[in-house]
Amino acid sequence: MATISLSGIAKSFGDTRVLNTIDLDVEDGEFLTLVGPSGCGKSTLLRIIAGLEAPSGGGVDIGGRDVTAVRPADRNLAMVFQSYALYPHLTVAENMMTPLKLRDLSFWERFPILGPVLARGKHRALRDQVDETAGVLKIDPLLDRKPGQLSGGQRQRAALGRAMVRKPVAFLMDEPLSNLDAALRVHMRAELAELHRALGTTFIYVTHDQAEALTMSDRMAVMMHGDILQLDNPRRVYGDPADLRVAEFVGSPKINVLPGDADSDGRLSFLGLPVKRRIAGSHGGISIGIRPEHLRLSGAGEGALSGIVRHVEHLGSDIFLHVDIADGAHRLVARATPAEAERISIADPVNVAQVDGAAMAFAAEGHRLRFSEFGAASRETPQMDKAVA
Amino acid sequence: MTAMTHVRPLPRMEGTFRFSTTETIKHAVLILGAVIVLIPFYVMVSYSMKSPSEIMTNTGGLFGAQELFRDDFCVKLGNAAEDCMVRPLIYNYTTAFEKAPLLLYLLNGVIVTLSIFAIQIVVALPCAYALAKLRWWGREAVFALVLFCLLIPVHAIALPLYIMLSKVGLTNTYAALIIPWTISVFGIFLMRQFFMTVPDDLIDAARMDGMSEYSIIWNVMLPTAIPALLAFGIFSVVAHWNDYFWPRIVITGNRDLFTPPLGLREFKGDADGDNFGPMMATATIIVTPLIVAFLLAQRRFIEGITLTGMK
Repeated sequence: MATISLSGIAKSFGDTRVLNTIDLDVEDGEFLTLVGPSGCGKSTLLRIIAGLEAPSGGGVDIGGRDVTAVRPADRNLAMVFQSYALYPHLTVAENMMTPLKLRDLSFWERFPILGPVLARGKHRALRDQVDETAGVLKIDPLLDRKPGQLSGGQRQRAALGRAMVRKPVAFLMDEPLSNLDAALRVHMRAELAELHRALGTTFIYVTHDQAEALTMSDRMAVMMHGDILQLDNPRRVYGDPADLRVAEFVGSPKINVLPGDADSDGRLSFLGLPVKRRIAGSHGGISIGIRPEHLRLSGAGEGALSGIVRHVEHLGSDIFLHVDIADGAHRLVARATPAEAERISIADPVNVAQVDGAAMAFAAEGHRLRFSEFGAASRETPQMDKAVA
Repeated sequence: MTAMTHVRPLPRMEGTFRFSTTETIKHAVLILGAVIVLIPFYVMVSYSMKSPSEIMTNTGGLFGAQELFRDDFCVKLGNAAEDCMVRPLIYNYTTAFEKAPLLLYLLNGVIVTLSIFAIQIVVALPCAYALAKLRWWGREAVFALVLFCLLIPVHAIALPLYIMLSKVGLTNTYAALIIPWTISVFGIFLMRQFFMTVPDDLIDAARMDGMSEYSIIWNVMLPTAIPALLAFGIFSVVAHWNDYFWPRIVITGNRDLFTPPLGLREFKGDADGDNFGPMMATATIIVTPLIVAFLLAQRRFIEGITLTGMK
């Protein structure tokens, strides 16, 4: 059990800078997700923690010990790979036994045939540990099979077993669910989160799938272009993003972004509609972000945007309407209930209005613009909010 | 798609035979090729079973009549002619083993080819691993050198090799037969190409498990590379088992070190003429282990340990 802290981690491959000075503290027993689009450096960061990649600068600290120059095996971490990386010529049991053998047995005790004779007790103890872990993961019947004879989900469990059996201080997972089919992925999400609770060990989980990050993690670090843009719990990352790129990356369907303006008093408007709340200071071109669930169908009138439905996404419990507004200059995605959307078909004109107080403002450079105290207070006042677009 | 099917109906569709010119030509060419390759083998096997007169007159079909004939060499030794009547098949094969110590030659062949192959693996796998999976300064240059070495014909460096071996006093030893072939650039190249296809994750997993780089080579890369090693093994073993050129150069005096192809020389034109029957019997005996080994390896080739466990 240990905390993992990274200080000033940087990494370049030749002239390409992959990570810019990353500082990160992972608490003991935490489920931390590194999430971001491909090429953002999240896997590289994980590999640096694992010791498979040496950082160009900075240090890694596990449980108060500086391990920057320590071999991967001696960091007592376990890693689960996207491709599972099971040894194809060994059975599941032998796969799971390998890290234990290498850690607990001497060269002669590992020797084929001779080893098991020399150290029978030790070999039996290892076998018991494997059986115990297999029991937890319910893969006992698969122990004598080779990876080639397993399905994707079973291989995934075997890989988890190989990681779990040595009782590491932390699990590092590099997109472990990407190779599974959609239904199994959702199932394994819950199972991994449960496993984390049961083991109480630190999990560092890398994924490009924001849904995995939102559903499983205690905290998630949204990474882009070698930087951590926001590190917070999933609720805050989704509801209170610090950056437009975070807001756009997290959430499906994507947040609606419209160009807006701010006058010298900090009054905002977009597409000719004023926003009641103000931001501190004056800014030029800004962006207004509104999540699809914060748009609702409404009657024509003040504060409503009229547009034409171009596409309808039916997800069963929710209907997402893609609406062209301002003569097709912008497209909004709005969530509607099946009852509301029943009569709407493609090319119908609709009006959408914003749910009060949910819009977020972002500066042209992308960082979040906070509403001033007056604006924040207006959230509580429905009357005044009516005027808010 | 449907248009295609109409224009070119596949032969044998609907269970009926349809004559197809292109298919016929293809098969004719393939059959011709097969015949050209097989005829020498046919002649070899056939001669190994015939009497000298049948060989000279080219009669007797595949097996020959297997009539008794008089062994002139036996008569020359002073035996009565009646005691020297022999069956061609038995005579050819027993002479092959009697006149030359063929079993010893076969044993030499096994020792030499297997030693060469084993050392080639010991050298090629670490080299290939370093070239395929490790990052180091000058890697591309070294790989270019490997490719360059592929272009050097053995015969071009035979003389310097011979001089070096003889200066060290190694001619007429097993070492002379083995050492020049232990570094196989072809093996390094082939294994490097194969290792490129092994996912990096597998190696990283092994590192996380605590394996050293050498341990990764022997415990992870070697087992996954079995199919490629078999392919390389066939090239290596066939080339060195059949090699006549190099053993002929470095084995000058000691007949105990003869490899099987050198054994064939025992039957070559002496004053009393070529003795084709036993010679072909020897040749048949020499190629048989190879054919058997190939047939066994062929199955493993197809079954092979695939990398399916990782994708």
